[in-house]
Amino acid sequence: MLARDDQPSLQRTPLHALHLALGGKMVPFAGYDMPVQYAAGVLREHLHTRASAGLFDVSHMGQIALRPKSGKAEDAALALERLVPQDIVAIAPGRQRYAQFTNEAGGILDDLMVANFGSHLFVVVNAACKAEDEAHLRANLSDACVIESLPDRALIALQGPKAESALAKLCADAPAMRFMDSAPRKVSGIDCFVSRSGYTGEDGFEISVPAEHAAALTNALLTDPDVLPIGLGARDSLRLEAGLCLYGHDIDTTTTPVEGALEWSIQKSRRAGGARAGGFAGADSILSQFEQGAARRRVGLTPQGRAPVREGAALFADATSSDPIGRVTSGGFGPTLNAPVAMGYLPTSHARAGSSVFAEVRGQRLAVQVAAMPFVPNNYKR
Amino acid sequence: MTTLFTDDHEWLRIEGDVATIGVTDYAQSQLGDVVFVELPKVGRSLKKAEAAAVVESVKAASDVYAPITGEVVEINDALVAEPALVNSDAGGKAWFFKMKIADKSQLEGLMDEAAYAKHTA
Repeated sequence: MLARDDQPSLQRTPLHALHLALGGKMVPFAGYDMPVQYAAGVLREHLHTRASAGLFDVSHMGQIALRPKSGKAEDAALALERLVPQDIVAIAPGRQRYAQFTNEAGGILDDLMVANFGSHLFVVVNAACKAEDEAHLRANLSDACVIESLPDRALIALQGPKAESALAKLCADAPAMRFMDSAPRKVSGIDCFVSRSGYTGEDGFEISVPAEHAAALTNALLTDPDVLPIGLGARDSLRLEAGLCLYGHDIDTTTTPVEGALEWSIQKSRRAGGARAGGFAGADSILSQFEQGAARRRVGLTPQGRAPVREGAALFADATSSDPIGRVTSGGFGPTLNAPVAMGYLPTSHARAGSSVFAEVRGQRLAVQVAAMPFVPNNYKR
Repeated sequence: MTTLFTDDHEWLRIEGDVATIGVTDYAQSQLGDVVFVELPKVGRSLKKAEAAAVVESVKAASDVYAPITGEVVEINDALVAEPALVNSDAGGKAWFFKMKIADKSQLEGLMDEAAYAKHTA
């Protein structure tokens, strides 16, 4: 019933020793040996983050600086717009924006955060994609940018309603930041990059810190009794309740941003009729889906019983039909809702909130309702 | 009354020709917070090693296997109502189901408490 493969080739983040000292239960994730939970367990870690503050090591993610060869940040922004459907030029200095790398078919190669640091752009990409992303940037942007990967930086997320007060003790500038502000800041006297953002639906911060200072900064944050270390298990249940996509599951190269219900992330300037319409990989198919709609859509799903409906479960229009109409891409138990939650893809005809469908779990058809996301209201400080 | 254990971290309490089945404390510690339990129907005939019940934590679903062949004679409805009993009392209140033992010779390959303690050490 239980097994664990030992994978000696796993990489370690700068906080690996601290995870072990804190009693982290380590599992392989995206090539790294990462804590899936600590002694408190996934349920308590999840609830603590929503009620107080949770600290997450996300140092496995890729951090990359895009430095314009011309010296003008706008040139780096214009260059990056070839690879993403977002308006990068409009990101003001000190702000960041959610984006996706698209391929020629309109599929999503990865999703990322892009910050304007004034002199250059700072991007954060998913761990499992970071080598491909860096190669993609080098292949396509080297005319305009120096692509500088930053492997010697750790990344710490501090999330929850008490994140602000906890970080304020080490960074007096933190409380004045708004959701999606991102800039270099001193934290405990250390030169960090701080953004007010995260992956839980809660208020919070993500702090990029030089690797040699990562453990000291983490320990300083953990001295606050409001702050507990949180593993990847609760990170996943928190982001699922917040309706946020997990790359490689809810979005991938076979799904477009329109199918993925990410239209909100594509600004008017890049859509048909906009000032810089198109001009990104996959623009033809993505812009035509904006006009004509996509055949399927990512939706929130609330199973009507107590049984979790997990990734891979087939979705059916009714209790007896033999042909599936969709599939669950993420699913589990939402501790804040105290109920199962999921997301998946359905034909647009069935994608309206309130629609009833069925998920097949262990040979049984379970009633599932299409639901608006997020499942738990966002708590961002705008 | 004898308690026996399987490689799959299940326990069987033998009383006459009835076995009560649950998962061990070691299993619950590995599973984490249990949020859902599905039990077999009373009257179902189970073959040894057949998936009989499901236990789900926040993260994952795991099968509980029939450790022996036999018919399900009783299930623990209290466990369905309160799955967290698996974490708080795996060896007691969190029993899953009771089976009528079809073939007592199947008990011979199972571990006693001392052997199971070595198995999980």
